[in-house]
Amino acid sequence: MDIKVRYFASLRDRMGRSEDQVSFDKDAVTVADVWNQLSGEPIPESILVAVNMEYTDSSHKLKSGDEVAFFPPVTGG
Amino acid sequence: MKVLITDMDLDPGKEVNKYEKEALKAGKFGGVVTFVGTMRDFNDGQNVKAMHLDYYPGMTERHIEKVCQEAMDEWDIIDTLVVHRVGEMVPTDPIVLVAVWSAHRKDSFDACRYIINYLKESAPFWKCEITTEGEKHWVEHNSEDPGVAKRVLKKTA
Repeated sequence: MDIKVRYFASLRDRMGRSEDQVSFDKDAVTVADVWNQLSGEPIPESILVAVNMEYTDSSHKLKSGDEVAFFPPVTGG
Repeated sequence: MKVLITDMDLDPGKEVNKYEKEALKAGKFGGVVTFVGTMRDFNDGQNVKAMHLDYYPGMTERHIEKVCQEAMDEWDIIDTLVVHRVGEMVPTDPIVLVAVWSAHRKDSFDACRYIINYLKESAPFWKCEITTEGEKHWVEHNSEDPGVAKRVLKKTA
């Protein structure tokens, strides 16, 4: 399963990149698994998550080709 | 219903007039309520010289459209327009315009407040401020509504 990962704002600065591409051999993969594989840590409470540009949470089950985005609390307007 | 994200200067009056001519039927609406957010030269006790506004192309537009559609469903309004700046800006620049047309004022006031509140709480935009000392930092949360994004997230999930 192939997942595209995107980071925004302070999280992009912290990761040092704006995108990642990750592959998993298993089928049952959640957003939390993706974060864990990329950072080696549990997903912090403050981070917001979107899958295919819709808000969701870290237990969301992914399918191949999904785009996962991680970002800090929003500050528009 | 129109949502526009732009890195060009935002002239709220011009945008309202232009959209009114393009999309609304003269004589059918009784008024338009607008909210214009402008950039301050201070935040959390610091003097701010400039700002960069980042967004998530695709998701940001889609999310604001969803918020406007909720307002259309909830109140008796005719149309909505949201224009949001991104990129570089300086104090006094307009950042956001929300305009709501309706036959009667109560519905447009209520819908306009709803759209700007939910846009601020949940639309994917991030402010990076540059202080007068030249220090650059990401704003952690909007000053009047810290931590609400999680609440909105739970509601929309």
